[in-house]
Amino acid sequence: MSILHTVNKSPFERNALESCLRFAAKGASVLLFEDGVYAVVKGTSAEGQVKAALEDLDVYVLGPDLKARGFSEGRVIEGIKIVDYAGFVDLAAENDKVQAWL
Amino acid sequence: MKFAIQINEGPYQHQASDSAYFFTKAALEKGHEVFRVFFYHDGVNNATRLSTPPQDDRHIVNRWVALAERYDLEMVVCVAAAQRRGVVDEGEAQRNGKDATNIHPRFRISGLGQLVEAAIQADRLMVFGD
Amino acid sequence: MTEIVKKFLYLNRKAPYGTIYAWESLEVVLIGAAFDQEVRLLFVDDGVYQLTKGQDTSGIGMKNFSPTYRTLGDYEVKSIYVHRESLESRGLTQDDLVQIAWEDWESGEEKENIVEVVDAADVTELMEGSDVIFSF
Repeated sequence: MSILHTVNKSPFERNALESCLRFAAKGASVLLFEDGVYAVVKGTSAEGQVKAALEDLDVYVLGPDLKARGFSEGRVIEGIKIVDYAGFVDLAAENDKVQAWL
Repeated sequence: MKFAIQINEGPYQHQASDSAYFFTKAALEKGHEVFRVFFYHDGVNNATRLSTPPQDDRHIVNRWVALAERYDLEMVVCVAAAQRRGVVDEGEAQRNGKDATNIHPRFRISGLGQLVEAAIQADRLMVFGD
Repeated sequence: MTEIVKKFLYLNRKAPYGTIYAWESLEVVLIGAAFDQEVRLLFVDDGVYQLTKGQDTSGIGMKNFSPTYRTLGDYEVKSIYVHRESLESRGLTQDDLVQIAWEDWESGEEKENIVEVVDAADVTELMEGSDVIFSF
């Protein structure tokens, strides 16, 4: 059973991402959207945590939310896949269930 | 795939309703089924008939209504959460002695059982909140 | 009411009273009892604060809903899990939490306290083993 974890809050505001990464099983997917996208930008204090997560998890970011906040694809940590809302739907369908970290 | 959508926050205050809207729209456009959209906590405020956002900004309530009309979506508002927050339809106004209603007719006030039922019947429960 | 039985997980990560999520999520659990699903409650991060003993809300004018947790055994809830590290980092132990009893009226099986403190690996397993996860 694979889970799509969704994180919509900034890692600097809430511990949602931290908790998500602590409990997510190997092979799970994580989608960062809304304010959660700040975690995928290179050079933040969360970068180490996110890069480490990439070893066990598939990490995605919602492109429209990244763009809205002024960050280009070039500033995203390598290995993180950018998806749109249609991609978000696909992720939810492809995984067995969805867990929202609010 | 059959989706159930839960929205925990009101319009404009949080991005939750927007994100839920775009997810729901994308799912429907891909041919998936959306079993029910359920508004809980402050999410019940998405059902107001009286919202007047600025002309140059999106009209969140009307946008949901248009999507619901196009795809015959069921949009349900939790009765307990609605009562607390003053989201009122004719039935509730009469039952609780209120002198006005403010709900948009495209939303239906019902019990939390509708959320639980949606979670049982759908293949995926999506939660949009804070 | 329905033939489908799913493993429901109610994920609680927020403290009570500062926001309404704790109370309104409990309302879902209570209503959900009528649907005969397999219900588990999980308290992680600030969610562990929902179960502390001795809550007295008289000074803040809010309804004290903590007694409701102690009745969960009557609402088809057999499993309540609390994340150990979340407790410890908040300076709490299981002694700070309420005890929740459970009894099966048909078989007579009873448990004095169904609140179980678990580790991160158990939390992962619980999440993986659920069919539907509610978040508030």
